[in-house]
Amino acid sequence: MHAANTVAPVPNILVLGIGNLLLQDEGIGVHVVERLQARYRLPDNVCALDGGTSGMTLLDDLAACQHLLVVDCGRLDAPPGSVREFFGDAVPAFFQQRISPHQIGLSDLLAAAALIDALPAGLSLIAIEPECIELGTEMSATGERACELALERVIARLNALGAAPTLLQARVA
Amino acid sequence: MKARVVIDPITRIEGHLRVDVEVDGGRVTKAWSSGQMWRGIELILKGRDPRDAWVFAQRICGVCTTVHAITSVRAVENALQLPVPLNAQYIRNLIITAHGIHDHLVHFYHLAALDWVDIVSSLKGNPLGAAALAQSLSDYQGNSVQQMQAARDRLSTFVASGQLGVYASGYWGHPAMKLSPDANLMAAAHYLQALEVQRSANKIVAILGSKTPHIQNLAVGGVANPINPDSQSTLTLERLYAVKALIDQLGDFVHNAMMADVAAVGALYAEWTGYGKGITNYLSVPDLPLDEMGKTFELPGGHIRDGDLGKFHAISDYQDAFFRDGVKEEIGHAWYQYQGNDNALHPWDGQTEPHYTDFQDDGKYSWIKAPTFHGERMQVGPLANVLAMAAAGHESTNRHLNKLIDQASAVAGSRIPLTALHSTIGRIAARAVRCAVLHDSLVNQWNLLMANIAKRDFDTYNRPTFPKGEIRGFGFHEAPRGVLSHWVVIEDGKIKNYQAVVPSTWNAGPRDDQGRPGPYEAALLDNPVADPELPLEVLRTIHSFDPCIACAIHMTDPQQRPIVQVKAF
Repeated sequence: MHAANTVAPVPNILVLGIGNLLLQDEGIGVHVVERLQARYRLPDNVCALDGGTSGMTLLDDLAACQHLLVVDCGRLDAPPGSVREFFGDAVPAFFQQRISPHQIGLSDLLAAAALIDALPAGLSLIAIEPECIELGTEMSATGERACELALERVIARLNALGAAPTLLQARVA
Repeated sequence: MKARVVIDPITRIEGHLRVDVEVDGGRVTKAWSSGQMWRGIELILKGRDPRDAWVFAQRICGVCTTVHAITSVRAVENALQLPVPLNAQYIRNLIITAHGIHDHLVHFYHLAALDWVDIVSSLKGNPLGAAALAQSLSDYQGNSVQQMQAARDRLSTFVASGQLGVYASGYWGHPAMKLSPDANLMAAAHYLQALEVQRSANKIVAILGSKTPHIQNLAVGGVANPINPDSQSTLTLERLYAVKALIDQLGDFVHNAMMADVAAVGALYAEWTGYGKGITNYLSVPDLPLDEMGKTFELPGGHIRDGDLGKFHAISDYQDAFFRDGVKEEIGHAWYQYQGNDNALHPWDGQTEPHYTDFQDDGKYSWIKAPTFHGERMQVGPLANVLAMAAAGHESTNRHLNKLIDQASAVAGSRIPLTALHSTIGRIAARAVRCAVLHDSLVNQWNLLMANIAKRDFDTYNRPTFPKGEIRGFGFHEAPRGVLSHWVVIEDGKIKNYQAVVPSTWNAGPRDDQGRPGPYEAALLDNPVADPELPLEVLRTIHSFDPCIACAIHMTDPQQRPIVQVKAF
C-alpha cells in the first residue's frame, strides 16, 4: 500500500512481478519479487508486488506509481535463461506483439492506465527467456540461475533510479 | 454457402478457448467449444497440507484468485465439520461480494460491451444527445454534457495516438452494430468511468484481504484479520469505515449507470433475446453464509429444470446431499482417460490423466471435461443464479430484476417477458441484476459485521485439527461465473485427491458421452452469422457467458496467425 497523504520526495516505483508460480519458469517474475522482498529493505518510495497472472485488479497499484518496472518471462528468441531489459515505448510494444490468453493482458492494462491518465511516466521491463513451463512449483536449474541474474538487474535498475535497496542481514541457512 | 469458421483464440476472455462453428445459410448449424490448455493444477495439491491448499488454489487463475481461495478453505472446513466464526464469515462475504461486483463491472464494460458498443462510432456522437439519452434513463451523477464531451475528447486522443490496445480486437463498423453514435458515446463514457469505479471494488478486497490480487488473510477455520476496534495494526473501525465509503461510491454506478446501460443495450438489441438460449437446466448454489456452519444464507441457489421456475429445487446448506451426490464429469470428448471402466466420475474419485488426440469432430476435442448434474447438462452463471433467487422469492433480486425489465420495456416500447432471459442478452441482463443484488448484500454484510463487533465478539478463527484416516469434503461458492466447487480427500492430514469443478467447465465443456452439446455449443445453434470472416455474433453469445477458461498459463508464443479462419465446403 502506498502512503496516501505524504508527498514522496522521489517518484513512487512499482516493481511488478508477473507469472504463474504453478508453472515452473513461468513464475520467474514472481520469484524475483519474492526474493527482493525477502532479502532487501526497500526505500519507502518502492513497492514490490506479486502480480501473479492478474489484469485489471492491478490498475490501482499501477496508477499509484510514476515508474513501473515489470519483471516477466517472455519469448525473446534467445537461449533459455537469457535476461533482457526494455525501456519506455519498447515495453508496451513488447507486450503487444503477442496475443495474451489473459482477458486483460499487460498491454491492455497499460492502455487502460493511459485512458484514465494514470500511465506511469517511466516504464521498464526485465524479461527472462524460460526453459520449462510445465506444471510444477520449482523453477528449472536454468530458470533458477536466470532468476538470480534478473534480481541483480532489478537492484541495478533501482540503484539507477536513486532508490537503492538495503541488503538485510544474511539469513542463517 | 456452407462454411466452417474457426475462432482461435477467442479474445477478451481469460484463457485459451477455440470455437468452431459450421455456418449454413447465415446460421450456425453445428458448434464445438474446445479448451486448448491442459489444467492439471490439481496434481500439484496432492500430498500437501490441506491448510495450505488455498494458497496454491488461488494461483489457478489470475482473475479468480479470491474465489478459488475461498472455495478451497470451505472444502477443507467441510471435511473437518469445522465451524467458522461469524466475523470470519462476514469478512469473507464482504470480500467475495466486492470481488463479484468488480468482476461483473469489468466483464460488462471492458469485455462484453465492445461486442455491442462501437467505440469508433462513439467519436461521432454528440455530447448533448448522449447526455440527454443518459439522463432519460437514470439520475446517475456521471451523465452531464461536460462528462460526455470529456469522454469523447479522451477517446479521440487515444484513438488518434494509434495505440488501439484494448480496442484492437473490436469489430468496429460491423453491420450488426446497431446503436446510434449518441448511444455509443453514452456507453463509452460509462466505460471510461467504470475503469475508475472498479478500483473502488478492488480497494475493498485489498483492505479486507490485506492485499490484491492474492489475498493474504484466509485460513482454514476463519480469517487472519484480528479484530480490535482500538488497535492500529488490526482491522480497526477506521478501516471498516473506509470500506463503507468505498461501498457507497460503488452504489451510484452499479444501481444507476450499469443497470440503465444494460437495460438500454438489451432493449436496442431486442432481437438477441431470441438467440443464445441453449441449455435451460440451470444450477447455482446459495452463498453468503450467515451462521458458523453454513446452514443459512443471504443469497439462495439451487436447480431449475427446463427453464421452469416452478420446478425450483433449493440447495439448502453446506451438507446438501442433492448437490454432493449430483456432480459427475465425463470425458468421452475430452483429452483425458479414466482408469477402470467408469465413463463418468464423481470429483472425489476424479482423475486428471491427459490423453491427447488431435481435434476430432466426432471424438475428443477439448481439455475441458463435460460435467453433468444428476445425469444432465447444466448452464451455470449469473442467469442461473438470478432465476433461482427469483424462484426462491428473494426480495432484492425480484426488485432489481423487475426494475431492469421495466426499464428495458420502456426503451423497447413493448413489454419484455421474463422468458426473454433465456438468451444471449438475458445472460448479460442477469449479470447486471446480480451485480445490483451483490451491492445490496455488500451493504448488509457490512452492517452485520459492525453489529457483531458491537457485541464485543472479536473471534475470527477456529484452529483445525486433522484426524488419522480418510475424510472427504466439498466446498461451493456462487462465483461471478457461476457454481465453483472444490472437492478434497484428506488422509492422515495430507491431501490425497483434489478436484476443482469450475464454472467454465460446466458452460464450456464439450459434448457428453451421449453426444449432448455443452451450454456454449447449444447456445450457438441458430445464431446468425452475417459474415463468416467477421463472426461478431458468435463472440456475442460466447462472451455473454463470461468465459474464464484456463486458469493456468499466461505466456504464449508470439507466433502471429489469423484469429479467424474460414473454410468453405
